[in-house]
Formats: sequence, C-alpha cells, structure tokens
Amino acid sequence: MLNYLLFIATIGSIYGLLALGLNLIWGGTGMVNLGLAGFFAVGAYASALVTTTGHWPIPAGWALALVAGGAAGLVVTLSTTRLREDYLAIVTLGFAEVVRLVASNEIWLTKGTDGISGIPRPWKAELGPNFNAAYLVLLLVALAVVFGLMRRIDRSPYGRALRAIREDAQVAQVAGKPVLRFKAQAFALSAAIAGLAGAFYGHFTSYIAPDLFLPLITVYIFLAVASGGIGSPIGALVGAYLLMTLLESARFLVEFIPYVTAVQRAALKELLIAVALILVLRLMPRGLLPERIPRAPHPQTGGTK
Amino acid sequence: MDLVVQALINGLVSGALLAVPAIGFTAMFAVLRFPNFSVSGVATLGAFAGYLAYGAGLQMVGSLAAAFAVAGIVGLFLDRVAHMPLVRQGALPAAIASIASGLVLENVVRLGFGNDMRGYDRPIARDVRWGDIRFNPQQLETMAVAVAIMLAVFAALAFTRIGKAMRASADNPELAALKGIRPQRVAMMASFIGMGLVGMGGMLLGLDSSIDPLTGTRILLSIFAAAVLGGLGSAPGAVLGAFLIGMAEELSVLVVGSPYRSAVGFFAILIVLTARPRGLLGERAF
Repeated sequence: MLNYLLFIATIGSIYGLLALGLNLIWGGTGMVNLGLAGFFAVGAYASALVTTTGHWPIPAGWALALVAGGAAGLVVTLSTTRLREDYLAIVTLGFAEVVRLVASNEIWLTKGTDGISGIPRPWKAELGPNFNAAYLVLLLVALAVVFGLMRRIDRSPYGRALRAIREDAQVAQVAGKPVLRFKAQAFALSAAIAGLAGAFYGHFTSYIAPDLFLPLITVYIFLAVASGGIGSPIGALVGAYLLMTLLESARFLVEFIPYVTAVQRAALKELLIAVALILVLRLMPRGLLPERIPRAPHPQTGGTK
Repeated sequence: MDLVVQALINGLVSGALLAVPAIGFTAMFAVLRFPNFSVSGVATLGAFAGYLAYGAGLQMVGSLAAAFAVAGIVGLFLDRVAHMPLVRQGALPAAIASIASGLVLENVVRLGFGNDMRGYDRPIARDVRWGDIRFNPQQLETMAVAVAIMLAVFAALAFTRIGKAMRASADNPELAALKGIRPQRVAMMASFIGMGLVGMGGMLLGLDSSIDPLTGTRILLSIFAAAVLGGLGSAPGAVLGAFLIGMAEELSVLVVGSPYRSAVGFFAILIVLTARPRGLLGERAF
C-alpha cells in the first residue's frame, strides 16, 4: 500500500513538472504545446541512452535531458513564433508524432517498440527497499526548485512582459519588449522542463518505450493546468495531483463496471478524462486557483515598483 | 523511373481522397476561426458509419451519404456544445477542447467496436496493367467519387446561397453580418458541411485500406498539412495541398521507407511555415 502511494505521488510529481512547464507558456505567453508528450519523450530517451549505452553518470543524463528538451523546443519555435498561435498548436502536435515515429523505427538507437530497459536507478543498490521514498524526495526537491523558479518568473518584470505578450503581443511590441525572443525563451524553458520530467520518469520506472509517450499524456497535462488555474504555478501543481487522483479513481471505478472487456475499460477511462477536460474548460475556465493579477500601482502615491 | 511514376500515380489517388477532409477542415477554419482537432475522431466516426451502412447493403454512394450525415450531425453537436462557446476566449481554448472531443469520439468507437481492424467487404478486382504501371480499378472508382465530391463542393460554394454566405462570412464576418447574413446560421452550416466532408474522407480513406479507432488520428497530420500547405482557409488551396502531400508521401516511401510516411506532413508544414507562412494560395482565398 505504501509503495502504491509512493508510486502515485512520484508519477503525480512528474506530471507536476510537466504542468509547471506547460503553465509557463500557456498561462505566461498564451502559447500552447500540444506536443508535450514529445518533449517528455525526448528527455526520457536522451537520458536513458547516455546512461545505458553511454555509461554517463545519472546527473549528467538529467542535465542532457534539460538541454535536449530545450533545444527541441527552440527548433520547433524558430519557424513558428512569428506566426499565429494556432500554427504552433499544429506544429507541436506533429512534433510529438515524429518523435514517436523516430523512437519506434530507429531500432539501432532506441531499440524500437521493444523500448529501453535497465535504465539505471540512482543509488538503487545502496537504498534497497527505500529507493521509492528517496526518489520521491529527490523529485520533490527538483519540483520545489522548478516551482520556485516559476514563481520568481511569475512575479518578475520578465513574467509581466510575458503576460503582456499573452494579452496583446502588438502592444507589448510597441512598448519595446522583444516579443519573439521572449516567446522563444519561454517555450524553450518549458520544453526543457518537460525533458527533465521525462528523464525523471525513465530513471524511476527503469523502462521506456514509444507507447508510453502517447498524445494522451498531453491531454492529461492540459487537464491538470486547466483545472488548477491557467497562469498560476501553484494551481498547476495542485492540478497535477488532482489529475493523478482522478486517474486512479477512474481506474478503480471502471474495474467495478460489469460485462466490459479490458479494451472497453481503457476506452471508458480515456473517455472520462476527455469529457473532464471539456467540462473544466466550459464550466471553470479560470480553474480552482485562478491567476491573481496584481493591481497596477497608483501613479500619484508611488506604490510599489 | 517506373517506380517514381507509379508512386506519383498512387499519390494522385491518395491526394484526391485526402482533399475531401482537407476541404472540410479548411472551410471550418475559414468560418469558425479555430483549428478543429476533432477531425481525427470525426473521420473515424464517418468511416465506421459508412462501414455499417455498407455492411447493411447500401451501395457506395448511400454509405458515403450515411458517413456524411452522421459525421455532420455529431460534428455540429460538438461544435455547438464544446467548441464554439470557447471561441469567445480565443482560438486556443476551442482548439484544446476539440482535441478532447476527438478523443471522446475515438473512444466511443473503441467501446463499440474494439481495437480490431475492419475492412469494407468489396469485391476483389484485378489490377489493370499499362506497361509496368498498375492501376487498381477500385482505387480509380474511389478517386472518381472523391473528385465528384470536390466538384460538388466547389459548385455549392460558387452558386448556392449558403455557399456564397459562407464565403462572405469567411472573408469579412462584420460586413457579412451587416448585409443580413446570420453568422450563427453560417457557422452551423460550416460545422455540418465541414464535418460531413471529414466523415466522408474518413470513409474514402478506409475503403482504400482498413479502419480501426485510430483511422482518423493517422490522417490528422496529412489533413493539416494539406490545409496549411495550400493556405489555411482556402478550399482550392486545400485541394492543391492534398495532391502535393499525397504525392510527397508516396515518393517518401521510395526514399526513407514507409514508417516515415506520416512524418512527411509535419516536415511539409515546417517548411511551408518557414518559407511561405500564408501557404501556396494564401489564406482566405476560399
């Protein structure tokens, strides 16, 4: 039971990382990344490959996952940041598909659909049965660091500039903000966080395969961010754990439905998540913990800078 | 050389099939102003509706009509209930909701039919040979139907009241509204006809191979690529884009092998957006 809870908390925290990353661009600049699962996979594969066949130390694998995710993010945005957001949506969706194709077909590198197994778990030998708890602590530390960074960005002049871009990119441009550069930076940072989340995932389960990075994960994370409150980092975190609760309850719930096959159970579960996302967007567009927009300081009294 | 010619001919056939849902997608984009990702689920739904009708003894035309009607009605319902109320907040919330509704449809089909592949029970026909080039009469028949559908759509856009109203709304919604064109009605027609075309497209592509719950998801990128290549919102552009994507996909099989066929759409989109963001025929030429 304890191991089950630790497992859920760990996956929930990995979703938390993804949600923080998505929130930075969706809440921050109004861009979306429909290829989140792809960047997640890039990080997972990058770290898995260099730590298994390359025998790199695990922290180096994590660092590489960050860099690989960010670099992939830059490549995708370079051709699309000049354009409207709906093009970016289409391109990112395609990106995730191509990542999955490459992972499934470049067998010499990725072992194809068999996946990569035996990804080293950090200090597994020393920790023994305490591995799951220790890994969760490590992950929570990483989550706290990313969360702190997001909060800091959120409240910094940089974060305000990002939100100005979200509200009206033209006005932000006129006000002298380098809109394109900021958008590309935010997207790359967000993709890097997704890459890191992928590395954490791979070194936890010790096994990755193309089928673990289906577009469904992207839908999960959108549900997490939308239900928590778009534009609020704490909302993204709360949303991620809520999502995990919903996923697990759905799993138990469909077990109790009689006369359905395993395929139908899986279909029902996906159906439920998709309907939940539509309902959240329609009925609670601001989420549980809405973004708080601070009042502008009064010009006469000075106020805070 | 013959291989290339054969690939180009196959590309023309699959391009014609792809053009039908691409016109539907681009027409909806022109009027409703958001990329509707639920085309994946709607195409699957259309393919299965057509499959059931065909199995029940309807001929190809009747089955296509069934695919059109089911996909059109369900697509219209989803647009009304889930997507259009969100467009007021911007194109992105609507687009995200449409991903979710595509997933809903995919799983409704999976609930009913499972994950097995199914094929339309068509009589087997011998390939027609012309030198080293082969034609399959059934493929040609499917292609002819697709071309007929395209011609009908273009005639409707050019000559009927609703077609003109849709073009006017796509071009300038405010001006169209001033002229007494009711935006609500035009939006509903765009959803119904656009999704109907997507449903027929799902069935046409299914006739050529087989169908399963992921049929629509597999062609999603190709549909987007066709529409973006031609210029989002342009119906003639979507047709041109569909033929180009169809041929590029078939040629890619010769160069990089069939697994990467579905990556062609993605790279086509990237190249077009970098070099000529408004597409070959420009946006809103519809």
